[in-house]
Amino acid sequence: MTKRIGVIFATASALAALIAAGPSQAETKLSFLIDNSPDTVAAADALVAAYEKKAPDVSIDIEQRPGGGEGDNIIKTRLATGEMSDVFLYNSGSLMQAIKPGRTLVDLSNLSSQANVNESFKAVVRADGKVYGVPFGTAQGGGIFYNRKIYQELGLSVPKTWAEFMANNEKVKAAGKVAIAQTYRDTWTSQLFVLADYYNLNAAVPNFAEDYTNNKIKYATTPAAMKGFEHLKEVHDAGLMNEDFGAASYDDGLRMVATGEAAHYPMLTFAIGALKQDYSDNLNDVGFFAQPGDDASKNGLTVWMPAAAYIPTGSKHIDEAKKFVDFVGSVEGCKIMMATNTVQGPSLVNGCPLPADVPPSVKDMLPYFETKGLTTPALEFSSPIKGPSLEQITVEVGSGIRQPADAAALYDDDVRKQAKQLGIPNW
Amino acid sequence: MTETRPRSHTSPYPLWFFIPAAIIYGVLFLAPTVSSLWFSLTRWDLSTAEFIGLENFRQFFSEPFLVQGLVNTLIYAVTTSGLKTVCGLLLAVLLTGNIFARGFLRTLVFFPVLVSTIGIGITFTVMMHPTRGIINVALETLGIPGPGWLTNPALALFSVALVDLWKGVGLATLIFIAGIAAISPDYYEAARIDGATRLQQFSRITLPLVRPAMITVVTLSLIGGLRSFDLIWAMTRGGPGFSSDVIASVIYKQYQAGFYGLSTAGNVILFALIAIIILPLTLWFNRREVEE
Repeated sequence: MTKRIGVIFATASALAALIAAGPSQAETKLSFLIDNSPDTVAAADALVAAYEKKAPDVSIDIEQRPGGGEGDNIIKTRLATGEMSDVFLYNSGSLMQAIKPGRTLVDLSNLSSQANVNESFKAVVRADGKVYGVPFGTAQGGGIFYNRKIYQELGLSVPKTWAEFMANNEKVKAAGKVAIAQTYRDTWTSQLFVLADYYNLNAAVPNFAEDYTNNKIKYATTPAAMKGFEHLKEVHDAGLMNEDFGAASYDDGLRMVATGEAAHYPMLTFAIGALKQDYSDNLNDVGFFAQPGDDASKNGLTVWMPAAAYIPTGSKHIDEAKKFVDFVGSVEGCKIMMATNTVQGPSLVNGCPLPADVPPSVKDMLPYFETKGLTTPALEFSSPIKGPSLEQITVEVGSGIRQPADAAALYDDDVRKQAKQLGIPNW
Repeated sequence: MTETRPRSHTSPYPLWFFIPAAIIYGVLFLAPTVSSLWFSLTRWDLSTAEFIGLENFRQFFSEPFLVQGLVNTLIYAVTTSGLKTVCGLLLAVLLTGNIFARGFLRTLVFFPVLVSTIGIGITFTVMMHPTRGIINVALETLGIPGPGWLTNPALALFSVALVDLWKGVGLATLIFIAGIAAISPDYYEAARIDGATRLQQFSRITLPLVRPAMITVVTLSLIGGLRSFDLIWAMTRGGPGFSSDVIASVIYKQYQAGFYGLSTAGNVILFALIAIIILPLTLWFNRREVEE
């Protein structure tokens, strides 16, 4: 009898111990939604591993989503239906404004990490005076990758004006090589000549972003804004592109410029990550310059801000999620990302310098950042409006289907639709 | 008058018998249809909907590519439906004839119907690559310069339509085989005794008697063509530019951009378009059938 009581007691106390100990092992499970590019996955894995060591009572599940428009859809739908993960990565700038941060996102202004985050980044995740995200990754430039071997062989120098750029292209073409790689299978890549020209546009028309948002200025009636579309046509008409430009993909473009099949590839510098992964042997052959404009003395770079980590208001673990996001935005988090990930430009966290051995394409970007006034954020960070059909329109101009003037007018229509749907005043 | 009243009383089932089915129908079909009509009149971001009247429809019809999308949809539907009917009938005649390995060949024709559309789309995109695709490489060895199947704006829609034909002709063939099998062999025997040629047998016996099957094939493939999306999206995404956009892809792009009310309006338009085309067609087919 006493033996039996003893057994019961022992079992009961063991059970009690289990129940007491159980939850303290992993008290909270956070979910973390990221896009599926290899660079992002590697950085997120490293961050999560480091954080779980620091905070053993939290475990974080990483979920992946596709990029591009499909990923956009997933974010918007999950936010609207309250199915969003506890922490998620999404674009800063106009796309962030479109998900109505005031209603859907948790205010992160008071995180301790925000003290070190660069003001230029806070500006693109701010709405109604509140900061909603921390940076995930480094700043990026939009411009033109070039093959340094071809430049050496042909004795070319980095162009400062569009005319010099076209002269280089003619020489490359005469040498029997593809001058400019274009990859219209992935339609988004066709927009670069227009979007990366924004530094030049902003230099010519300094109040463009504001007037454009307020429906006072149009692409079709602003000669400086038309330049990007005209460049697309010029490049097509001069026959400088790869023969299969209509069917080539983003990966083809990277291969061409890395291996010297093509001399130039207009792209964002986030491609450096993919170049390092897939063409690491050629990484040192690839250089980068800003899209040239009309005036050599006004040569500057259009800059893209990285994605940010956000917390949806629907999260059940807002406090734990805040601690994790604070870690992502901290100097320590930035250093982990720098060590894992490829650096695509300068960091937006103060006290987190670039490592010494960055690839040449990153080194090429730094002079623009070091001098004041040589960079400007892309239009999508200065204005909430970006028409969704731009990529189809630029494919048409770049393929010779549509004339630049017509394309700019069409894009203005597209912009009007977006502004109306967003309910922006004056439209 | 005296005839109609007893009929309603003599229904073998009491009214409550229909209630479960009516609930399922109401919840799954009626409610979404009515609510999408409502949402098409709003600016909708999935959580809030602001009533804006017919603004979405006005916007949709002023969409620069809606007209082209509409024309493309009709071209695509008529092309695929016509080709499927003609090729399906010819294949069915072949495959009901006394030929070698008939069962195997029937399987072969039907096989693409079973494969995922997206899979087919991706495979053909690779095969139709202008310089590296197997089709143009093969043409080049014969000395013929192959066109940019999917990159030439004048050609892209038709290239997709051809792939759609390859994918869908098996189903049309199957329906025609069933139709031909239902024709009594006595007719053919009688015709042969009268000295009719194979061509005469086809045009005087097979063709008229296979009409019900043909109506099914035309209607099904026309509806399929009008609302087709997956193959076009997998192969061209409506491109190059907007040259192979159909209504369904225009609608999808509005969803992608987050214009939910606008794209719902597009769906209402697509629904109306299909109804406007198919309804009179079906009525006409049925009347002809009764007359004959």
